[in-house]
Amino acid sequence: MNWQVIQRIIGILLMIFSITMLPPIIISFLYEDNVWVSFLFGFFLTVLSGLIIWLPVRHSGNELRLRDGFLVVALFWVVLGVFGASPLYFSSQPNMSLTDAIFESMSGLTTTGATVLSGLDFLPKSILYYRQQLQWLGGMGIIVLAVAVLPMLGIGGMQLYRAETPGPIKDNKLTPRITETAKALWYVYLVFTILCAGSYYIAGMSGFDAICHAFSTVAIGGFSTHDLSIGYFNNTGIELIAIFFMFAAGINFSLHFFTWRNKNIAHYFSDHEFQAYLKLILSISAFVIIALLLSDHLDNKNIPITGIFHAVSIATTTGFTTTDFANWPGAIPIVLILASFIGGSAGSTAGGIKVIRFLLIYKQGIREIKRLVHPNAEIPVKLGKNAVSYRIVDAVWGFFSIYLIVFGFMLIAMMMVGLDQVTAFSAVAATLNNLGPGLGEVANGFMTMPNSAKWIAIIGMLLGRLEIFTLLVLFTPTFWRH
Amino acid sequence: MKILILGAGQVGSSAAEHLSREESNDVTVVDTRKDILRELQDRLDIRTISGHASHPDVLKRAGAEDTDIVIALTDSDETNMLACQISSTIFNIETKVARIRSAAYIRTEGLFNLEAIPVDVCLSPEQLVCEHIEQLIHYPGALQVLKFANGEVRLVAAKVNKDGSLVGQKISTLKEHIPNTEGRIAAIYRDGQSLQPEGDTIIRSGDEVFFIAAKKDIRAFLSEMRKIDSPVRRVLIAGGGHIGVRLASALEETNHVKIIERNPERAKIISEQLNKAIVLVGDAADEELLLEEDIDDVDIFCALTNAEEANILSAMLAKRMGASKVMALINRPTYADLVEAGTIDIAVSPKQITIGSLLAYVRGGDVVKVHSLRRGSAEAIEAIAHGDNKNSPVVGKKIEDIDLPHGCNIVTIVRGEEVIMAHHDTIIEKDDHVILFLTDRRNIAHLEKLFQKDNVLTK
Repeated sequence: MNWQVIQRIIGILLMIFSITMLPPIIISFLYEDNVWVSFLFGFFLTVLSGLIIWLPVRHSGNELRLRDGFLVVALFWVVLGVFGASPLYFSSQPNMSLTDAIFESMSGLTTTGATVLSGLDFLPKSILYYRQQLQWLGGMGIIVLAVAVLPMLGIGGMQLYRAETPGPIKDNKLTPRITETAKALWYVYLVFTILCAGSYYIAGMSGFDAICHAFSTVAIGGFSTHDLSIGYFNNTGIELIAIFFMFAAGINFSLHFFTWRNKNIAHYFSDHEFQAYLKLILSISAFVIIALLLSDHLDNKNIPITGIFHAVSIATTTGFTTTDFANWPGAIPIVLILASFIGGSAGSTAGGIKVIRFLLIYKQGIREIKRLVHPNAEIPVKLGKNAVSYRIVDAVWGFFSIYLIVFGFMLIAMMMVGLDQVTAFSAVAATLNNLGPGLGEVANGFMTMPNSAKWIAIIGMLLGRLEIFTLLVLFTPTFWRH
Repeated sequence: MKILILGAGQVGSSAAEHLSREESNDVTVVDTRKDILRELQDRLDIRTISGHASHPDVLKRAGAEDTDIVIALTDSDETNMLACQISSTIFNIETKVARIRSAAYIRTEGLFNLEAIPVDVCLSPEQLVCEHIEQLIHYPGALQVLKFANGEVRLVAAKVNKDGSLVGQKISTLKEHIPNTEGRIAAIYRDGQSLQPEGDTIIRSGDEVFFIAAKKDIRAFLSEMRKIDSPVRRVLIAGGGHIGVRLASALEETNHVKIIERNPERAKIISEQLNKAIVLVGDAADEELLLEEDIDDVDIFCALTNAEEANILSAMLAKRMGASKVMALINRPTYADLVEAGTIDIAVSPKQITIGSLLAYVRGGDVVKVHSLRRGSAEAIEAIAHGDNKNSPVVGKKIEDIDLPHGCNIVTIVRGEEVIMAHHDTIIEKDDHVILFLTDRRNIAHLEKLFQKDNVLTK
């Protein structure tokens, strides 16, 4: 373990992160909401801490090993979650406890979108903006951003990049240089954000709301500046725009990149994960619409768009709502929550287990059935025409089982601190999948939960964002043994 | 520059390592072995693509469409040639370098041109290594001999020992020691650190000195640095691989050559290829065999098998048994550091020799030749000055007025047939071949700018 390098990088990243507390100060002055002092406090606290961490080791070499990479990434998300909470904690309005502030900050950074705040419409604009910005930064991954702008990370950047976004197909870089790859991803992300904000504005949102919601839409976050979420606007156009951008942000960003570069839409449809993702979203939408039509719960006229909106919002783990979907009849809420386990595509900003992993697990299952019929057959698991290596299939299984075990433990923990079964189940799903809204008592947020449940949720959000292994690996003896 | 390397073998991966270290290069490596690619990607900032190097779809995935140079280094000559062909006809890649081992291809004239097989540069690592060793045998006492300007000027590295006549004296006295010759000391390394050689620098025993001189004067200069070793007569080569056999056949007319090969069948084949050299079947680390073949009379023992550990051990053994000088083929820099200057006199690194010849093609300026030195940390470069007094940063200027990067000095200028040793007031003319020594590789981009082909003064 190379402590000096780790310390140095954490220090630098922290100083950079402190810059993100400056835009809210401008917002605060623009809207005269008088909470700029808390952001200034937050800024100085963060930048000074970064400086103190960095100064003693500023001259150390910069050779990052793979194991250091894991530690940096995990530490960084934890550290940022805590420092990101500082303006919320300092601010007198809303008056948040430390737990609440950290919960809110972590929920923002991990693009979960679960909140402990109510009465959003009356909060200072700068606080609202800051929450949305946290989601936007967390969406593409701050580490990826750091890799893009810090040439000093060099090869170590690859270790960080890989540690932050583990997954079946992350080894393929878009460009030979990691910095260029990270930049390309951020360009795509930025373009989407601008398009999304512009569309929202044209459809009728205020400029402030348009930018804020664009942040949380492309990040698949789910924070809103209103208690009623997207439902506040009561505008079909806005809902359609949200559907489009949530769907697009749930696609692997490298697909966007290649489509852009080759000017060829067909790229999307030749990708097997995209095909599965599209089918999945379509069938969940169809199920929700039919079930709603059969049940008389809503006005028939609104059902198609409302159905698709929630199917896309929950299945991609965004968590926007236009109505109280938790009270929908029959199995619909549970189906939606289960869909969030699958989540979006690998390499997107979505949470969950990811479509590609589910696809591989499904194909594995089919293979076992074929094997029963033809015991001597050699049946590879294939994506299109290419066989998937055993290493990857193994890794997917490993991930899936750990995901379930972690889910089980967290469910038990949530119930031990006093939540009922439905609430506990959906609270764990909402955090581990980085979804946001749950069912039962957490349908509208975590404000009524005990502190212990909030801390479990914080751990869940971190585990979900770092795809479990990156964080879990730190708690194994193998990692620390020399 | 966008570089596509085909084949991640020893040469391929070290080329990727070397080239990706320079900021301006985007390197993509293609190989069929996924595990090697994964290991490579962990270590280097490059892109890797798994697949067959000569398949058009694989090349396309590797970004061949906007690649500037393709370097085909797979084990198979045929794959390399085909990959170059496809790179040229389908992807229009400008520069194509291929590793061609088999002499049958290289010897055939008219094979490598745009109409037939579009390979711009044929690279044979075995050939390069063999030439390198030949030079070392030709100039006993030298650690490295590098050719510039078609071999007229040579850069020689040597370790100074107490018998050198220049030891303890200033560099400026060199002229009095050997009048009527011209030469320059390009760099001095003392205890691993480079020193800027000035006229009043005093040479000490143990220094590693790089000097440049015309071909005929090299021996004279060498004797200034160390007691000159007697010319090599008896050569014993361990390992009858490509390099060993090539060396044996190059030396067998002038020297007394013996070559040890372990595999009887291989030994039979090479004995048919060689005329005068004696082929011995046996183990190079076999004491009895070495004794029988009078190891204590051998002038130089060359351990040239594929296994570097075996090379080190057999060379150490030979040294202890009385060989006057031993040489081992060692690829890993750490091994080379461990043994060189200890029991083993010279460590030869095939990787580094090959890299140097590749570097000349990926350099930004108009560079004729690059030699990679001191495990890649320093370079000797031959570049051509372009443009005229107005627009070139070098032409028409005195050397002292040129804005050279730190750790870089101009050593020699070759103007047509004439070799001019650089003085501070020498003026560089158009189309001069300038030979530079760079002790800090990081300044390479600066240097490239000075010798740009399109001679526009860039800021």
